[in-house]
Amino acid sequence: MRLDPIAAPTPARTLGLPALAILATIALAAALAAIAGANPLETFGLIVKGAVGSKFATLETLNRATPLIFTGLAVATAFRARLWNIGAEAQLYAGALMTVVIGTQLGLPGPLALPLMALGAIVAGALVLLGPVLLKTRLGVDEVVTTLLLNFIMALFISYLLEGPLKDPMGMGWPKSPALPRDARLPRLVEGLRLHWGFALALICALGVWVMQTRTTLGYEIRAVGQNPQAARFAGIPVGRVLIKTALISGGLAALAGFSEVAGLKGNLTSDLSPDFGYTGIIVAMLALLHPLGVVVSALFVAGIFVGSDSMSRAAEVPTYIADILLAAALLFMVLAILLTRYRVVRG
Amino acid sequence: MTLQDTARDETVLRLSGITKRFGALTANDAISFSLAKGEVVALLGENGAGKTTLMNILFGHYTADAGEVEVFGQALPPGQPGAALAAGVGMVHQHFTLADNMTVLENVLLGTGSLWSPGLGKPAARRRLQALSEDFGLRVDPDARVAELSVGERQRVEILKALYRDARVLILDEPTAVLTPQEADALFLTLRRMVAQGLSVIFISHKLHEVMAISSRVLVLRHGKLVGEVATHDTDRHQLATLMVGAEITAPAPAEARPGAVLMRLAGLSTTPQGNRPGLRGIDLDIKAGQILGVAGVSGNGQGALADLVSGVTSPSEGRLEIAGDRVEGWNPRAALAAGIGRIPEDRHRTGTVADFTLTENAVLESYRDAPNARAGWMNWSAARRTTEALIAKYDVRCPGSEARIRLLSGGNMQKLILGRVLEAAPRIILANQPVRGLDIGAVTYVQEQLIAARDAGAAVLLISEDLDEILTLSDVIRVISDGRLSPEFARGEKTPAELGQWMAGQGFDHAA
Amino acid sequence: MTEIVDILISASFWAAVLRIASPLIFATMGELICERAGVLNLGIEGIMVIGAFAGWMTVYAGGGLWTGVAVAMLAGMAFGALHGLLTVPFGLSQHVVGLGITLLATASAYYAYRLALPEVTNPPRIAPFEPLHIPGLSDLPWLGEALFSQTALTWAGFACVAAVSLVLYRTPLGLALRAAGENPHAVEAQGLSVGAIRMGAVIVGSGLMAVGGAFLTMSAFSSFFFEMVNGRGWICIALVVFGAWKPGKALLGALLFAGFDALQVRLQQTGMGQVVPYQVFLMIPYLLSILALILMSRRAQVPAALMTPFNRGDR
Repeated sequence: MRLDPIAAPTPARTLGLPALAILATIALAAALAAIAGANPLETFGLIVKGAVGSKFATLETLNRATPLIFTGLAVATAFRARLWNIGAEAQLYAGALMTVVIGTQLGLPGPLALPLMALGAIVAGALVLLGPVLLKTRLGVDEVVTTLLLNFIMALFISYLLEGPLKDPMGMGWPKSPALPRDARLPRLVEGLRLHWGFALALICALGVWVMQTRTTLGYEIRAVGQNPQAARFAGIPVGRVLIKTALISGGLAALAGFSEVAGLKGNLTSDLSPDFGYTGIIVAMLALLHPLGVVVSALFVAGIFVGSDSMSRAAEVPTYIADILLAAALLFMVLAILLTRYRVVRG
Repeated sequence: MTLQDTARDETVLRLSGITKRFGALTANDAISFSLAKGEVVALLGENGAGKTTLMNILFGHYTADAGEVEVFGQALPPGQPGAALAAGVGMVHQHFTLADNMTVLENVLLGTGSLWSPGLGKPAARRRLQALSEDFGLRVDPDARVAELSVGERQRVEILKALYRDARVLILDEPTAVLTPQEADALFLTLRRMVAQGLSVIFISHKLHEVMAISSRVLVLRHGKLVGEVATHDTDRHQLATLMVGAEITAPAPAEARPGAVLMRLAGLSTTPQGNRPGLRGIDLDIKAGQILGVAGVSGNGQGALADLVSGVTSPSEGRLEIAGDRVEGWNPRAALAAGIGRIPEDRHRTGTVADFTLTENAVLESYRDAPNARAGWMNWSAARRTTEALIAKYDVRCPGSEARIRLLSGGNMQKLILGRVLEAAPRIILANQPVRGLDIGAVTYVQEQLIAARDAGAAVLLISEDLDEILTLSDVIRVISDGRLSPEFARGEKTPAELGQWMAGQGFDHAA
Repeated sequence: MTEIVDILISASFWAAVLRIASPLIFATMGELICERAGVLNLGIEGIMVIGAFAGWMTVYAGGGLWTGVAVAMLAGMAFGALHGLLTVPFGLSQHVVGLGITLLATASAYYAYRLALPEVTNPPRIAPFEPLHIPGLSDLPWLGEALFSQTALTWAGFACVAAVSLVLYRTPLGLALRAAGENPHAVEAQGLSVGAIRMGAVIVGSGLMAVGGAFLTMSAFSSFFFEMVNGRGWICIALVVFGAWKPGKALLGALLFAGFDALQVRLQQTGMGQVVPYQVFLMIPYLLSILALILMSRRAQVPAALMTPFNRGDR
């Protein structure tokens, strides 16, 4: 077989194939539920109900989507420049760490503490990605493996801090950091609802990244470097510097997920702060085809699947890992579908 | 018909009604011809006429939409190079198909025999390869790594690969494009030996003098159609040219140059070799206003290094680079652009454009930070679009519009956009690296006329080409590059092509140096 | 320093080195085959998880140990086939597909584990591979314990390196594989199918990765638990680079790496472990992997067509 490019794909193709990918994912979900001995339709019902069935559920989904928007944006920004940042998990923890350190150790008043915490988080996350990017631009070391390995190193580093210097003396022996003071926490968006300003910040960041990509010279440079680094270099775009700038933005965005989780939701740092938000950010970004505004939509969808599956698995005999399978499958189906909107498969 | 006649006219290969479409383009339109034993048939046509497509169908790289290939009376299953090889068809591709990390012998052995056999049987294979080398005058060391071979040697390996598999029909796709005139003559000698032993050859070319020299019959393709089939001794170059292009060819004839000041000077300049590519080795070069300086040479002799240096992609490791008399420090593409150098890169797909960008985005690739395209880090896309639309109109770029992706454009129109991008910046120095490679005659003439016009307006043009004919047509002065060194400067008409060929082969440098 | 010397002369240390290296050897050979054919397989981490689960589950359900290895291999090959399908004929990004396969394989293993054992808190155990007693050799003083107290699976790992090396350099198949990773056009022009060779390499390579995973549950430990692969797959990718895409050097890298890992575990028990936090010791394997990548960055002979999809008819 062979792939032939399609000059002008029909709307039926550009819309139909992604729809087919979604249908395939749903079919897989049904099969998985059936294997578990549950009624597929009931399972779907429970997932949807668990995700958006009540005010509480919806707020839970929005809360879960918040860090995913940040990590999704981080991955989308990096992948645009073909910078394979698989280390959003480490950058998230770096951000969370700085948030806690600044928030609990400096004793600053709230209005001063919060911006400084956010800024510190961004710097920390950016620095974590800077290392692998310098290794890539200077020595040609593949950033996929280095960013992946840094996730493990960061997890151990956090574990050390939480059992050592950063351990909460009042924590009854649990490895967790001291809690942020009240006034160093992100306020609720609406009084009485469990949704904090981190969500609004995530939306603002999505808008900001979109404007950056489409309207600024840096955005243009990032896209050129990602599409064709050779042509970019020839045209005078400083490829290495653009990659470094991209890394700083990407690492900073991922770190904001850590900031928002700590300052908005949890109030302290534990080593299970992120249930793989960094890795899930890859799925979020890919499902959004790397579009910053699409990231918001896909983060909401992914969060809904997770929250819904958690709730469903409490009621039915279907393990909650169904969510991970579906999202991984959706990713693979979707990249295939998008390819087939541009190419047709021919014999020979 | 006598018995003797049938023996002489024994048909080894027959193509009937081959049709191949790529999207809206019909690359081959119902083409039929046959090849006799011991015959050299030339397949002549412009770039894009469909020659390579046709041969790729014959060899099984492509599957035809219609038509049939027969070898020795047996229909060839479509789309299977393995079947073509087994039937005795061999192909020497224009872009060599060798694995650089393996030896010559390993490349020859690849795909011969069963994949599942327990050993490679190298000793016997080496003996057979050496025997073939001697029979056909194709000298090459079986145990050399391909990465270390010259272009000419690689071509010999490609031919040996086919002979090792008992090819009875050999297809050569533009085989002389990478050779010196002398190497080309040696190749022709080898081909004559093959024909004498009963092999048949299909020779793809767009060079008339070669076709006249080697073939017994010429097939002419134009826009995917077979427009002519003539015995070589019944035709002449003029008739073939007219058949090939469909009109008389008028090569541009530049008026006498009026050279001015030296705009760019390279003195004792060297660059670091990169991988298999040689660097520059202590070259001196003056590029003057109002003059086209042509650099001739065989592919891979430092043209890439010279182009990279002038376009700012690499910096000198030794020696001096001067622009308008001032020594240059901190050399990079931006510095080159700021110094007034316009660059037409060798590979318009990989270096010149970003395939998934629009025409507008590609048009501003070198000026996206400058007013009116941008201000203080913010893009002004409507201004960029207006600039691009003006450029599209002025340089006659045929396209669906400024917001179409450039990958949809033909090579000629892509090159016109690049040319426009370069010329609109009013460069004082123009680097034109293989500016017309792969273009059809119309686009070739257009690009060449624009370069001559820029020269007449006072620009210094550095033309790098592997096509000696192009160098001879356009250049006011010629220098030959060989293994990273430059020959002395020759005036137009001072040297014959054969003399230049000797320089291209590296002869003469030792005396000069 | 004397503590380190004590560790190095203990037979149990060397036995541990071989044991720790075994899963890495299988998976590194698997990745090496894929990359030599031109396909970066980032599915390795997940494929090791599915191998660990499938092998263990088979034995837990009553199958034999070797049946378990075979099932693990088949499971790995199935995910390898999916990876191959998406990256070879469809030519999709090997980064994206590989990560997707890792997520899919990992989640599938966890899902199946939870389905099979919904209510367990303590992971159940199986009877794993026993050390193979080699008459004569295993009874040698010191050497017997240090080198000849390994399970059959470890020996299979070493045999696997020899086999990969032999096939790669001494057979037509290996020639075709190496050419496919260097210049697929050369393979196509000699009448072979680049797609079939690459698919085959990814499938077989993934099978080996899964056996590496199965070693963890069937030889090193005797139960399956979450997070048990713990980045070993990514480390193997670094080992392939460290080994310059050559089986022998990659084996050396795996042994060296296992040596440091075995050393850090033992150092934790010593006086050093009192002073230095244990997390620092645990970081060593990951830090070493990054170091290996940095050291080899300038010298490595990357297969020229690695990560370059081949579409028939593109010239």
